[in-house]
Amino acid sequence: MDKNNDNLIIGGHEFKSRFILGSGKYSLELIKSAIENAGAEIITLALRRANNGGEANILDYIPEGITLLPNTSGARNADEAVRIARLSRELGCGDFVKVEVIRDSKYLLPDNYETVKATEILAKEGFIVMPYMYPDLNTARDLVGAGASAVMPLASPIGSNKGLSTKEFIKILIDEIDLPVIVDAGIGRPSQACEVMEMGAAAVMANTAIATAGDIPLMAESFKNAIEAGRMAYLSGLGRVKETGASASSPLTGFLGE
Amino acid sequence: MLLNHMEYIEGMENIGSEIQDKVISEMNSYNPDNYTEQDVINAIESDVCTVEDYKALLSPSAEKFLEEIAQKARMEKQKHFGNSVYMFTPLYISNYCENLCVYCGFNCKNNITRAKLNSEEIEREMKAISKSGLQEILLLTGESRKFSNVEYIGEACKIASKYFRTVGLEIYPVNSDEYSYLHKCGADFVTVFQETYNSDKYAELHLGGHKRIFPYRINAQERALMGGMRGVGFAALLGLDDFRKDAFAVGMHASLIQKKYPHAEIAISCPRLRPIKNNENINPRDVHEKQLLQIICAYRIFLPYSNITISTRENAKFRDNIVDISATKISAGVDVGIGGHSDQNKKGDEQFEISDARNVKEVYNALVEKGLQPVMSDYIYV
Repeated sequence: MDKNNDNLIIGGHEFKSRFILGSGKYSLELIKSAIENAGAEIITLALRRANNGGEANILDYIPEGITLLPNTSGARNADEAVRIARLSRELGCGDFVKVEVIRDSKYLLPDNYETVKATEILAKEGFIVMPYMYPDLNTARDLVGAGASAVMPLASPIGSNKGLSTKEFIKILIDEIDLPVIVDAGIGRPSQACEVMEMGAAAVMANTAIATAGDIPLMAESFKNAIEAGRMAYLSGLGRVKETGASASSPLTGFLGE
Repeated sequence: MLLNHMEYIEGMENIGSEIQDKVISEMNSYNPDNYTEQDVINAIESDVCTVEDYKALLSPSAEKFLEEIAQKARMEKQKHFGNSVYMFTPLYISNYCENLCVYCGFNCKNNITRAKLNSEEIEREMKAISKSGLQEILLLTGESRKFSNVEYIGEACKIASKYFRTVGLEIYPVNSDEYSYLHKCGADFVTVFQETYNSDKYAELHLGGHKRIFPYRINAQERALMGGMRGVGFAALLGLDDFRKDAFAVGMHASLIQKKYPHAEIAISCPRLRPIKNNENINPRDVHEKQLLQIICAYRIFLPYSNITISTRENAKFRDNIVDISATKISAGVDVGIGGHSDQNKKGDEQFEISDARNVKEVYNALVEKGLQPVMSDYIYV
């Protein structure tokens, strides 16, 4: 790992920032300052929010040079996700797509099976597919096989701000999956974002935690710093600190003579 | 002789759902006076709102804790919707009605000017509305299969799809195959007000027409979902009967439908009785603003993921505040008569008197001034 050239690479595109910012749930006028303070280079937007012109069109508020990551929210199955992704491309939102397939209006948990199906179709059509998923290793492997460019496991249900409920499963994905593992949904505070970065996540995506803060740009900056701190800790070899505590002063293997 | 209001009549699809019985038995077992202040405190402090918590939040004991309940509702709203507020307007395309609902301006015995819009007039109205920047429309009719049949409504949906991203319906209940047809015409959301869930009271208030058949109406949302609609809306007309029990039934009904159809998007409306033409004395009785706020907050806490609509039955001040606390959807530029949006002369009278006549721009600006984000579109028809 080249610590001096530590870029996030997704589908061949390089990014310096490891913070993917959401654009929902807060005022459009604040998007620009949130992006600037977050140092974000990628911003997600729900395609269903993107108007074809008219009032309050989110696309008018996103600064130039920022990579759009349109999501397929509203899709209840693979077929709908594919159609929304194609519409996104037609609207000029680029080739990146965050596949979200949700058929539960209460908890908004992703449907992994349909997500794999949509990923396979869209990857073949040349999209850079970043699927939102429940952190299941078998699904993650299927997503790799389907042509995903990253996997985006949830930390907790969307909007819950409950933090890392799925920590152990995300660790498994980080260990086993060679694609960037981008932790998405449920991160409630910067310290939690820092923790997932320390664990070796490639990036963090957050929206509600920032949208519901008293000072949105300041919270965006706080997340930026936390994510950078977590990444630095990971790169510095934090993984070598034993989770069970310090080494015993009398090693169990001290009897060995030869 | 009056029809038996609990028996389906010919042509009405009976889907044999268990939801009606569950809602009614839960409602009948609910005695709002049985809940203590401690029950309310527990409900406010609870992480997940159980049915018992919901009952406590709707009880008279909860009125003392209205501020705390509003704070909790606002937190839930922000988690799920942030500061977004969705904007839409209703379009009444016909006010002919075959029902005899004693509180409604459209009832068939009320002497009002009746009218329906033809295709050109519908298009002209929609063009005028879409110029205001709105991208969501709710199509309404009086309940007359004779004057506004399903094909007529379907045509209106097709025209609406040209001008709006989201098309909702608030029409008489129909069978699932008819909902399926309307879905194919471009509609994806269906709202049906049950008015009251007390079937005896329902029979007293709905003296004639298809609407008199209580079970056909209560099962409408399920038929709409069977027909492929994405979302369904629920409401009791507050002030007709015991509002606490009716509000409880609305939440219970919505929650059971969501459980049975997990993909369904759920919406709640919270109408209070309003004066109508030829009867200025109709009022929401014991449902004052305080009680209305309590109900809307209880809806939000029990169903945090649902959309809650606030109509122009309420005044501007109440509406602007409730969308900051609990509601997520607000109408603007409203005319509840027939043909009042374009510059043609209005053709038909209103369903009720509205309390907030502001246009789209005025409501939009009021939301922005409160730090809220007006949202015109949050939907793609796929």
